[in-house]
Amino acid sequence: MGEVIVVTSGKGGVGKTTTTANLGAGLAYLGKKVVLVDTDIGLRNLDMALGLENRIVFDIVDVTSGNCRLRQALIKDKRLDGLHLLPAAQTKDKTAVSPEQMRTLCADLKKEFEHIIIDCPAGIEQGFRNAIAGADKAIVVTTPEVSAVRDADRIIGLLEAAELRDPRLIINRIRPKMVRQGDMMSIEDIIDILAIDLVGVIPEDEMIVITTNRGEPVVLDQSSRLGQSYRNIVRRILGEDVPMMSMEEEGFFKRLRKIIGLK
Amino acid sequence: MLEFITRLFSKDGGSKNIAKERLRLVLVHDRTSISPQLLETLKAEMIQVISNYMEIDESALEVNLDSSGNTVALVANIPVKGMKRAAGA
Repeated sequence: MGEVIVVTSGKGGVGKTTTTANLGAGLAYLGKKVVLVDTDIGLRNLDMALGLENRIVFDIVDVTSGNCRLRQALIKDKRLDGLHLLPAAQTKDKTAVSPEQMRTLCADLKKEFEHIIIDCPAGIEQGFRNAIAGADKAIVVTTPEVSAVRDADRIIGLLEAAELRDPRLIINRIRPKMVRQGDMMSIEDIIDILAIDLVGVIPEDEMIVITTNRGEPVVLDQSSRLGQSYRNIVRRILGEDVPMMSMEEEGFFKRLRKIIGLK
Repeated sequence: MLEFITRLFSKDGGSKNIAKERLRLVLVHDRTSISPQLLETLKAEMIQVISNYMEIDESALEVNLDSSGNTVALVANIPVKGMKRAAGA
């Protein structure tokens, strides 16, 4: 019997889709059976983050309106055995699905998959209500910026009102140098304000552009620190107690030592 | 002038402290305006507690959030009709 996690934020562009893709790929890499659900109907993106955009035949609206069976719409990733995607519809909008339909869909998915991760759209309207309808747990993604934190606070309030208790926080795109200089809110600052448990911190890293360009989730890149931060979150989701990565960026000498082969 | 110089050399702060304070303030407003029941519940509980010590005019009691500049204060106006005798006195 699987568990449904919704990845939400309120604010757009903070990294929900990227997080969903990487957590899903990370779990599948560890041998789990995972399905990722894109509920951003009309603005389909999760498929591109995974590099699966060419394989879409049916989508979530086809499933909920009975045009096809669930099995026909699920895309099985060829690189990772347990990874599946249920794509969003591109030509409808968020009113094409109801919360009730989402609950039924999630119940069906739970029979087959260990982990169901729902990529929630930005906003607090129908799209959000659909995305949380069948969820057991929530992850809130924010960046260390005032607007993102403010919206995250609102979302946390809405989640609690919907009985999705104890949402966990991911702070994305943190820049340790700016934090040191006092120009960016720190992890402690943000937890202080939002007062929910932290499940992980992801540093700002250009690699995300490159891996998204390629449609290859960075979590699979074993040599990447960015990938490591996602891998750590995956392990924490599975219940492991993983210490927070040091947020210090690699200095020049550290990188030099690495190249030469010294630890 | 002195303040300007201290700010120039001040490592403590930078813009993030401004951000934090702004956020704290705006969230006080966001959270209360999203649930007006919050203030109502607060009011009701305050009446309960204060009524243990004095008789108050409940209908005329006012509780509000007052924001001036960059601080927020909870301001209550509680008309008192009389003090209760202390228990056991």
